[in-house]
Amino acid sequence: MLRDITLGQYYPVDSPIHRLDPRTKIVLTIVYIVAVFFGKGLLGYLPTLLFLLLIIKLSGVPFTMMLKSLRPLRILLIFTFVLNLFFISSGEVLFRWRFIQITKDGLSHALRFSLRLIFLVLGTSLMTLTTPPVALTDGLESLCSPLKKIGFPAHEMAMMMTIALRFIPTLIEEADKIMKAQSARGADFSSGSVTSRARAMIPLLVPLFISAFRRAGDLAFAMEARCYRGGEGRTRLHILKFRKGDAVAFVITGLLIPVTIFAGRLL
Amino acid sequence: MKKQAELRMENLSFKYEGAEGFAVKNVDLTIEKGSFTTVLGHNGSGKSTLAKLINGLFLPTQGKVFVDGMDTQDEQHTWDVRARAGVVFQNPDNQIVATVVKDDVAFGLENIGVPHEQMEARIEEALGAVDMLDFIDRAPHMLSGGQKQRVAIAGIMAMKPAALILDEVTSMLDPKGRKEVFDTVRRLNKQRGITVVWITHFMEEAALSDRVLVMHRGEIRMDGTPREVFANGDALRSLRLDVPPMALLAQELVRRGIDIREDILSLDEMEREVVAKWRLNCKM
Ligand SMILES: Nc1ncnc2c1ncn2[C@@H]1O[C@H](COP(=O)(O)OP(=O)(O)OP(=O)(O)O)[C@@H](O)[C@H]1O
Ligand SMILES: [Mg+2]
Repeated sequence: MLRDITLGQYYPVDSPIHRLDPRTKIVLTIVYIVAVFFGKGLLGYLPTLLFLLLIIKLSGVPFTMMLKSLRPLRILLIFTFVLNLFFISSGEVLFRWRFIQITKDGLSHALRFSLRLIFLVLGTSLMTLTTPPVALTDGLESLCSPLKKIGFPAHEMAMMMTIALRFIPTLIEEADKIMKAQSARGADFSSGSVTSRARAMIPLLVPLFISAFRRAGDLAFAMEARCYRGGEGRTRLHILKFRKGDAVAFVITGLLIPVTIFAGRLL
Repeated sequence: MKKQAELRMENLSFKYEGAEGFAVKNVDLTIEKGSFTTVLGHNGSGKSTLAKLINGLFLPTQGKVFVDGMDTQDEQHTWDVRARAGVVFQNPDNQIVATVVKDDVAFGLENIGVPHEQMEARIEEALGAVDMLDFIDRAPHMLSGGQKQRVAIAGIMAMKPAALILDEVTSMLDPKGRKEVFDTVRRLNKQRGITVVWITHFMEEAALSDRVLVMHRGEIRMDGTPREVFANGDALRSLRLDVPPMALLAQELVRRGIDIREDILSLDEMEREVVAKWRLNCKM
């Protein structure tokens, strides 16, 4: 689990999708999300589905790996489906038993909303599966850097993301250690009412915060000792470069929105 | 031939804001190029403060610090001073910035504006120097403490410093990691002539250096070769430090009338001495 956080879900193979510039992937993920929201009717999702299958195939990420990214959302998915299915009462009734009824509108809503959710998760996971976090932060920094002119701290934001990613496993490990130490002294984190459990967290959170501040102080010294002085005049280890593949990706993904709208009209 | 000075402190004193006394007091010190100097001292004696004064993280309250002739107070030289005298800190977790070893070593290079084309080579060279090249694509939190410290050292080495100041870098490591890191630094000193200031509270490490300084209440109270310093057990104890166990054993054996060298410092030396004595006895 610790490993999952720092390296993200990154799945290290070489593929045309992996080779895309991270900026391309960030922008196109946004385009893709927009396309998903443009989908109307079940047919409207067909282009998105085909597109998704195509890039999954190209990315070389095994399909089971993709399905894993849906796991944390299974509760939400079931909720969305069930709520839509049972609580939309307009349209032709397909099935009725006592007070439960399923209508045609309900069924189509339930399917569409669940599909939308699945498409969103699969599409965004594909980005994190094929892009290491370092490249993602580099990409974000570069995309946001035009905003520096109006005072947006693009470099600082990317730096903060990197440091956060770097320290999450360290702090989790530490929280674990403190929890064990407190448990050994009789603290109980897992039973009792919600308020008593929340109260039990205080002896965990206080030392964790204190140590996080100490770490921050140490890290600031270490960064300064290594000549860190903000984003000005820094050179970069990774240089982002648009290639031909990026252009192709832009064209294909760009077409997704009009095609989706058109397919939606057909029905 | 007179040796060149790498680091020079002149009547250096430092007081933390709001603190009563000085954390570093009247330090006059010259560290020669290519030397390996250990700084000892009990908790709160001012060792870490001294380390931060050397590369200009703190500026002197009184006196001056020179790194290769550059005054740390001269703002023009701030970054040259830090690139020339690199500091590695105690806690390996709190000085690694990036999520991949390679990117972390690149951090300092990016800061000092090393051209992109030279980075790969310098990163590989630095990781090779600390014997961590195999871990170049790893996540730092998956490494052992000793490995993390070596990555931190590589991060400094990539900037091609003339001096390394290491502030208790082995104190949070297990014995294996400790030896790993100490041997690495000792090798960088011997093979590449890097000036080393090694702050520690392990006597065994002090025993292996060229020069030992003992700090007490911000002042330097003892200064000499390990043998000179450790021979003076009473003075050390009065500064709340212990003589290395093997030195103590040798001194005790001599006191009990056993014929053995008195200036033994390490287990190795003791072993050699005992084996030599034993062979001599067998022949008789
Ligand atoms: N940020 C600070 N503010 C005020 N006083 C400080 C601060 N940091 C350290 N001191 C004080 O300065 C003195 C020297 O501290 P320093 O950290 O340099 O000692 P040290 O020899 O490195 O100790 P240790 O072996 O515990 O690392 C101590 O008396 C300490 O209490
Ligand atoms: Mg200290």
